Amino acid sequence: MVNNASEPVAATGALLHDSGWKVSRRVIGALLMRELLTRYGRNNIGFLWLFVEPMLFVMIITAVWAATRSIHGSNIPIVAFALTGYSSLLLWRGMAGRCIGAVRANTGLLYHRQVGIFDVYVARILLEFMAVSTSLVALGIAFYAMEWLPAPEDALKVLGGWLLLAWFGTGLGLTVGALSERYKVVQNLWPPLSYLLMPFSGVAFVASALPQNLREIMLWLPMLNALEIIREGWFGSLMHAYYDVPYLVVFNLLLTFAGLALVREVGVDTGDE
Amino acid sequence: MIQLTNVSKDYETAAGPRRVLDDISLTINPGERIGILGRNGAGKSTLVRLISGAEPPTTGTIERNMSVSWPLAFTGGFHGSLTGADNLRFICRIYGVDFESRLQFVKDFSELGIYLYEPVVNYSSGMRARLAFAVSMTIDFDCYLIDEVMAVGDQRFRERCRIELFEKRKDKAMLIVSHSHRYLKGNCDRFLLFRDGRIEEHDDFDEVYFQYKDMMGEGFETKEQMVAEMK
Repeated sequence: MVNNASEPVAATGALLHDSGWKVSRRVIGALLMRELLTRYGRNNIGFLWLFVEPMLFVMIITAVWAATRSIHGSNIPIVAFALTGYSSLLLWRGMAGRCIGAVRANTGLLYHRQVGIFDVYVARILLEFMAVSTSLVALGIAFYAMEWLPAPEDALKVLGGWLLLAWFGTGLGLTVGALSERYKVVQNLWPPLSYLLMPFSGVAFVASALPQNLREIMLWLPMLNALEIIREGWFGSLMHAYYDVPYLVVFNLLLTFAGLALVREVGVDTGDE
Repeated sequence: MIQLTNVSKDYETAAGPRRVLDDISLTINPGERIGILGRNGAGKSTLVRLISGAEPPTTGTIERNMSVSWPLAFTGGFHGSLTGADNLRFICRIYGVDFESRLQFVKDFSELGIYLYEPVVNYSSGMRARLAFAVSMTIDFDCYLIDEVMAVGDQRFRERCRIELFEKRKDKAMLIVSHSHRYLKGNCDRFLLFRDGRIEEHDDFDEVYFQYKDMMGEGFETKEQMVAEMK
């Protein structure tokens, strides 16, 4: 039997007194691995769904589009259009969805002095970001290899738009996540609300296809702005993009501050175990 | 040292906020063993949660200059769909300690065998408790929080827990919640009696237990009678 007391106790104690940043990084890493295992399991079949779902969506859209080509006569690269649209939707919806009820699901972990509420959110947000980004890149490469998809004209712009969208998703996640801890009704309201926002967020249209007055209203939605940037980066020569970067940045900043303030206020009552 | 200064805790109930802890000040020094007594719902577990940091106090401050354990043998932090080993790996990661040596210790101590590689949902409550206790012993803390756990496992396992906790860690501070007079009397040198959200400090076990029994409505006529009966 290993005698635990004979182990280098001093080292353990030292780790317990690490700086907040170091502890946070370690905790977030551990939470990431834990979420990864619980969501996708040890076998890789679960992980495959990450790619299969958006792939199916893109293929169905492409099939419908090809079948109706005679009607619309548009020359937008449909695979790129569908892939960017659906991935964007997955990103902001997923980040927000994962944050809802996140703390309530993890109250047991808060007994560990190391684990803070913020870490729980950061881990979930990071994992969702990495998962959806991986699926976008992997499908992008796969479709490109099959010549279904042009290479991005301006990869940096695609990346910029993607990061701005992820930032929006982060702020949104913190905000609705913290609100869902305070008001249980948020947990029920979020799914219908996100479905409502879905068609407006540009999954199925580009802004230039809208009449001007409608477009101006729609562009109040930050996710549509970000998606327009991404699409301009990918196939900008084939479309006219509409977006407002300063607006998006200011919106993201305010949302993030609101989210952080709300997260600070999350009062946890772990209840009687 | 852990210092609680004017700590209060309210919980929301349907009938409005309920004050569970009321203006409590308490100092826990290194190496001290503090026994806690009180009725169910008197706030004992709430105090443990506040000290562990799982919940913030409503008012007041808690200062910690010692590392504090999670409540010993606490199973709520386990993820049911993960194996015992994976749950341990998670704990090792957040505390930044080596996994392999701890795994060996948990294997030996918990005697879970192949179940260590089964999802925790498939465990019996006894197995879960054994895993939890073993995992609790893999990290060294300055102060251990012990909330009614010693009723775990069979006689032999309890004896090994006792050795691991009270012999190998006899220099550590401990906060022990228990209804068992044997357990408290033998292991603690200070006692807290919870009454109406407040605590009373006692150094003498017979005195505090006499009052506790009285509070529970199972009182003895005299302290001497009680001591005689406890023998």
